[in-house]
Amino acid sequence: MNFWRSTIGKKTVMAVTGLLMLLFLIVHMLGNLKIFFGRTDFDHYAHWLRTIGNPVLHESWYLWIQRFVLVVAVVLHAVSAYQLSRRDLKARPTKYSHHQRAKAGYATHIMRYGGITLALFIVYHILDFTTLTLNRHGVDGAAYDNVVSSFSVWWVTVIYIAAMICLGLHIQHGFWSAAQTLGYNRPSRDRAFKGMATGLAVLLTAGFLIVPVSVLAGLVD
Amino acid sequence: MKLTLRIWRQAGPAEPGSMVAYEVPDANPDMSFLELLDVLNERLTLEGGDPVTFDHDCREGICGSCGVVINGQAHGPRALTTTCQLHVRSFSDGDVIDIEPWRSVAFGVLKDLMVDRSGLDRIIQAGGYISAPTGSAPEAHSTPVPKPIADSAFDNATCIGCGACVAACPNGSAMLFTSAKVAHLNSLPQGAPERASRVLNLVEAMDAEGFGGCTNTGECTNACPKGIPMDSIATLNREYLRASLGRK
Ligand code: HEM
Ligand code: SF4
Ligand code: FES
Repeated sequence: MNFWRSTIGKKTVMAVTGLLMLLFLIVHMLGNLKIFFGRTDFDHYAHWLRTIGNPVLHESWYLWIQRFVLVVAVVLHAVSAYQLSRRDLKARPTKYSHHQRAKAGYATHIMRYGGITLALFIVYHILDFTTLTLNRHGVDGAAYDNVVSSFSVWWVTVIYIAAMICLGLHIQHGFWSAAQTLGYNRPSRDRAFKGMATGLAVLLTAGFLIVPVSVLAGLVD
Repeated sequence: MKLTLRIWRQAGPAEPGSMVAYEVPDANPDMSFLELLDVLNERLTLEGGDPVTFDHDCREGICGSCGVVINGQAHGPRALTTTCQLHVRSFSDGDVIDIEPWRSVAFGVLKDLMVDRSGLDRIIQAGGYISAPTGSAPEAHSTPVPKPIADSAFDNATCIGCGACVAACPNGSAMLFTSAKVAHLNSLPQGAPERASRVLNLVEAMDAEGFGGCTNTGECTNACPKGIPMDSIATLNREYLRASLGRK
């Protein structure tokens, strides 16, 4: 409990939950690319996700376990971010009248706003493709057509582009930052961690965006 | 050289403050930055005004008392240089220089440019030491320390407790300062018996003072006159995790 109350403890929770979400996002992004193999393949894949763990687990149980873990991760991440940010803002109430030139890059600077954007996006995304509440096609099991119907609308694709740029920036600072928080970073590893952070950021942003952009361009329909 | 100094003036801890401009028409490029303030203060005193209060002691970069924020940078524009070791030649004729105190909720302004840095002392009291029974000094060679560890411990021991890291950090965090103690003492055999309790106590004291958390922006290490690296913060995090997970 002392651990959770400390600044380093909360930051550790952020790093672990962040990396857990990152792992999920890599698998999620790769799975999305199956859309380029066509409707039958993609819908079959979407159905298969519901059968993972069969016959030990009942239909969709694995999916629900994964959802539960992810929701816990998002909530812990966001609660720690909120509490730490409040503390940080209180710790430095007076700004210098001569503006400080920041050494840190844009990705570091934007973590809080980017994080809030991602939280809003996650809600929107679930309403779009999981609950299908906002989806124009919205037929359970017809994953391919649901995806195409959303991304055929230009402003939906714009929302996704904006969110994925936020995600890329978040990961570019976050991945290296997590290595630092968890104490894995060393001077000899610093460049490698920064390189991996940029690599993961570009890979995820591009990998996620290729789907909506291809739909809007008419390459997937 | 003719310089204009805009200096934060504040009569006391609870008083309001503001930036006040002073001309120094006869600044010598070879003066140190503190001598520049001395020259201004002499004049203010002769004119019957209130001289600018600023903290200083050794004037040779080792005591850590002289820090002010110069043009938005803790200890001014030169890397690895305390305010007292900065020279007027780092500026140009006609420059307007903004001089402000360290800003952090944990460092209250006492007067003008002088702040209360005793929060750092309380962190040291919580664990910035080793418990050794006094007596005659032990034979140094009886406790061998590998050269890279001795070097790194020494580098971290050069922290002068100036607080520039806190002043530069957008979160007013004292992580770099605290991490220097951990990276110094926890890596040496003399510090080993208190390895876990030291880091736990230091972090608890640091948090209790109201310093912010670390967001790995690196502003601290950039401002640090002694070059304490971000690696020390990774070490602090690692030691804290290790101690929290109960590994001795
Ligand atoms: C609920 C939405 C989210 C919010 C509100 C949020 C907010 C934040 C904030 C404020 C930080 C701290 C930044 C700093 O140190 O200055 C952070 C760090 C981080 N975030 Fe997020 N984030 C969110 C979603 C995500 C997602 C989806 C990922 C998955 C890739 C992620 C991965 C990370 C990582 C790895 C860190 C670094 C942790 C560390 O510094 O040790 N975050 N997040
Ligand atoms: S870590 Fe550097 S900036 Fe911070 S108190 Fe020590 S010497 Fe000053
Ligand atoms: S006066 Fe001692 S470090 Fe500057």
